[in-house]
Order: sequence, then structure tokens, then C-alpha cells
Amino acid sequence: MNTSELKKIANEIRKGAITAVYSGKSGHPGGSLSAADIFAVLYFDELNIDPADPDKADRDRFVLSKGHCTPGYYAALAERGFFPVEDLKTFRHVGSYLQGHPDKKHIPGVDMSSGSLGQGISAAVGMALSAKISNDSFRVYTLLGDGEIQEGQVWEAAMFAGAKKLDNLVVIVDNNNLQIDGPIDQVNNPYPIDSKFAAFNFHVINVEDGNDIDQLKSAFAEAKTVKGMPVAIVAKTVKGKGVSYMENNAGWHGKAPNDEEFRIAMEELGKAGE
Amino acid sequence: MADVKKIATRESYGNALVELGKEHEDLVVLDADLAGSTKTGTFKKAFPERHFNCGIAEGNMMSIAAGLAAAGKVPFASSFAMFAAGRAFEQIRNSIGYPHLNVKIGATHAGLSVGEDGATHQCLEDIALMRTIPGMTVICPSDDIEAKAAVKAAYEMDGPVYLRFGRLAVPVINDNEDYKFEIGKGIILREGKDLTIVASGLMVPEALRAAEMLSEDGIEARVVNIHTIKPLDEELILDCAEKTGKIVTVEEHSVIGGLGSAVAEYLSEVRPTIVKKIGVNDVFGESGPGDVVLRKYGLCAEGIYNTIKEM
Repeated sequence: MNTSELKKIANEIRKGAITAVYSGKSGHPGGSLSAADIFAVLYFDELNIDPADPDKADRDRFVLSKGHCTPGYYAALAERGFFPVEDLKTFRHVGSYLQGHPDKKHIPGVDMSSGSLGQGISAAVGMALSAKISNDSFRVYTLLGDGEIQEGQVWEAAMFAGAKKLDNLVVIVDNNNLQIDGPIDQVNNPYPIDSKFAAFNFHVINVEDGNDIDQLKSAFAEAKTVKGMPVAIVAKTVKGKGVSYMENNAGWHGKAPNDEEFRIAMEELGKAGE
Repeated sequence: MADVKKIATRESYGNALVELGKEHEDLVVLDADLAGSTKTGTFKKAFPERHFNCGIAEGNMMSIAAGLAAAGKVPFASSFAMFAAGRAFEQIRNSIGYPHLNVKIGATHAGLSVGEDGATHQCLEDIALMRTIPGMTVICPSDDIEAKAAVKAAYEMDGPVYLRFGRLAVPVINDNEDYKFEIGKGIILREGKDLTIVASGLMVPEALRAAEMLSEDGIEARVVNIHTIKPLDEELILDCAEKTGKIVTVEEHSVIGGLGSAVAEYLSEVRPTIVKKIGVNDVFGESGPGDVVLRKYGLCAEGIYNTIKEM
């Protein structure tokens, strides 16, 4: 898919994410918006998937290790046709299948339940290992938050993936530099991220602007050429990207906009989509 | 008793995995640097390409198992009970339990009978932890025959299973033609009208011995082997309460949250019955030879006999 189409889709994902959080009166807009361009490129350009057959055996797998960013994830799945966009308005409502965190049992297109940070990457590693065991051709992608990598399990998973040379695994770090309590380097500094993954025997690709479609496309293209080691894409992004008052503001990590804020957000995103 | 064949249920686990591995290519085994002790090393020798050592990282191992299951494999993930159910509880709960993935957890070295390693390694809480997870099947086999049957049954069912094995060699007690293992079905090993001793794991042969000692005093105890703590064989437990009145539970586990709790919780709702729980009384264990430590904490035929006589 071409870049301008993907940009439009990323914008639709942002609208869907804001709508979901507004409707649910709770959720995580900041990290959903920072990852919207990553979701767009993955679901409309990169992943071998079929919304008509969400469980097809040879599909590429995606695990949202930063499981709280369901607003952006569900918006991408809905936009791609796994379920109606209209259903985003039921996000986090009692009785809705759109649970606060990914629920593989009930949501079409969700390959793994996640939300407890650090566990999704391990599950993705398990899927990649499964493909290696039976010579399956599918690839596995997982998206981590940059705060999430403070979890020790992330590095247990990285050590295993590097040691077992899982070159069908792509780990993406949404490096928006903010977590709930503030900038990641002030909370508990995980930098440098790239050399840490390199030390665990990953091929590392730094993306200077992780909200730039072309840079993301070329990173995924490079990832496909790597043999004998897993890939880590460290994408520098802007938390809250696309909604002026949410950008680079940790306060919007996990908060819903009120009526006026929702109106402003949708107006800004509407203009961006023109 | 001297001639009774003895084998540790962890050995049975390793042997059963090899047998199943011959028939089922989707069976894979994970371990966390304890393959020699958990006996998954036996499987590794037979099927090195399907055995994966995760190193000393149990949480990661459980979530990897979840990913393998999500992609269609049937993983058996193994460590000591302390680090499987204990350290990796949350991974089991969220990565395996919540999505109800087809992962089998082979937890060895459960309970006091770990022996010399002492309290840090003597897991007395695993049954309590595991049975709180919705959809988790919890099995604690009593001997070699039951352990092998349990591993096979666990493979054959769809859904997460926690299998609890011991370190110590224990007598083979189920080597009879009538023996039949069915998940969720307890087994009456001895009839009696005065009380029922409900036991699991390596306490089953001790319960049988205690029943013989009681019989000499004119007390006839029914002895029931509950190998599946969840789902509990409620029908049989109710039958015991109705036919024998008093119930004594015996387990190599804390008296909080295990077999005794499961039995008491159930009966308190349907037929309030005196349930005396024999187990580890809310304390940590200690170092020493496994059988000696068990005796010190009353987890032996004599301890069961004495407790019942005092009732």
C-alpha cells in the first residue's frame, strides 16, 4: 500500500482510538497514538493476514505486548475488517467483547491475550519457536512499550530469542519516552535500548521517526532480509501523536478525554485526514 | 513393605513424556535448567529437537509455552513446583489461564519431601495457587502408574493442566487390573464405615497404612485417593460424608488452600461435615532427608493414625 494511503489509515486508527477511549470513559490514548503509524504499516502493508479467515494457519502473528494500547490496536483491526468499526464504541463496556486488554478468546484477529507487561514478547517468542519446529513460514511481530522493557521478563525473552536465532521474530519498541510516572529515563532509565537488544544477539534497526510511514516500511523491509538472528526495531515516536494537547504529555497515558477534549481531538484528526 | 517397588513420580513423568512423544509430534517439552531433576532430560535424550531449555527463567518459560500452544503445539513446561506455580504464578494465570491455552505444567519436587534443600524449595502452596485459576485442572498422582496415566490424560484433554510430582521414590500401589485413571474421578481404595481418609499424592499409601493401624483398634476407615484436586470429585466426597460422617484429608501441602480446603469448602455448602485437615500447619518446612522431614511434620501413617485417634 502506498504511503499516502497508509497515512490516511493511520489517521483513521487515531480517530478510532480516541473514539474508543472516549466511549469507554477509560483507556490508554497516549501509547495508542504513538503506535498508530506502526499499527497502520503492520496491518495494511506488512502482515500476511486475512480478516475473512482470522485463524488461518499460515498467517503472520502479532502480539501486542504493551497490551494496554488496545484503543489503537482494536481500531487497526476494525479498520482492517476483523470487526465493525462501530463496535469500538463498546470498548471497555460491560458485556462487550472489546476488553480493556487483548482477549484472544473473544476478539477476531487477536493472536494472544496480553496486558501484563513483559509476557507478550515471551508468547511471541513461543510462536516463533513453534514455526521453527515445524518449518512454518509465518513470521511473528510483537510491539513493546519503552517503559515495558523495565520488566525483567523482556530480557529473559530476548536472551532466549537471540540464543535460539529466531529470525522469524520482529520485536518493535514504541520509544515514546514516557511512562505513567514520567520520562522513562527519570523513572528507571532503560537507555540505551538499541545496544541492549544488540547485546542479546538481535539485529537492531533504529527508526529516527517512528511516526513516519516510509521509515517504518523500510525498517520492516530490512527486517525481512535478516537471517540467523531476531530483529529489534527501536522506533522513536511521540506519545499522543496527532492530538495537540496529548503530545509528549505523560498525563494522557491512561486517561479519557471529556466532551470538549474529544471534540477538539476529533476536529484536529479530521483536519489531518483532509 | 520391603519388597514393594518404588519409583518417584517425576521419573514416571519423564518416561510418560517419551511414550507420548513417540505418538504425538506436536508434543514439545520446556525446562528451566532442571532437566536432570524434573526428568524431562529423559525426553530430551529421545527427542532432542523437541526439548527446549529456557535456562533459569521460569516466567519466560511459561509465557513461551503459551505462545507455543497458541500456535498449535502441546507444550509440557517443567520446573520445581516452587518456581513453576510460585515464581511463575502470574504468567500461568495471565498467559495460560486467561486465554485457556493448552499448556501442561509438569511441576516436580513439590512438598516437604524435597528434603535437604529446605524451606525455600519445599512448595506447600502450589495446589492452592493453581486451583484459584479458572479452567485449570490440578492433578497430584500417587504413584508411578497413576502419574503416567495422568500425563497421558493431560495430553489428551484440551486446556491447561497442572501436574504435581514428587522427588522421593514412592511405592507403586495402583498395579492392579482394575485400575482406571479418569481426570476428576476419585478412587475408593479401601472401604470403611467409621470415617473417610481422603488423600492425594504420596500421602495415599500412608493413608492406607494408617487405615490398617486403625482397623486393629476396631476403627474402619474408608480410604479415597483424590488424584484430581480440581475439578474435585464432588459426588464421591458427598458420598463419603453421607456414608461415613467424619472426613480426614491428608496432603503434602499447606492446610490452607489445598485438598483439605477444597473438600471442606464443598461440604460446607452441601452437607456440613467435620473435616479434619492433615497437612503442613501454616509453617515453612526445613532441611533433612525427605522421609524424615515428612515424619517430623506428621505426614506419615503414624501421624495420620495419631491425629485420628485424638479426634
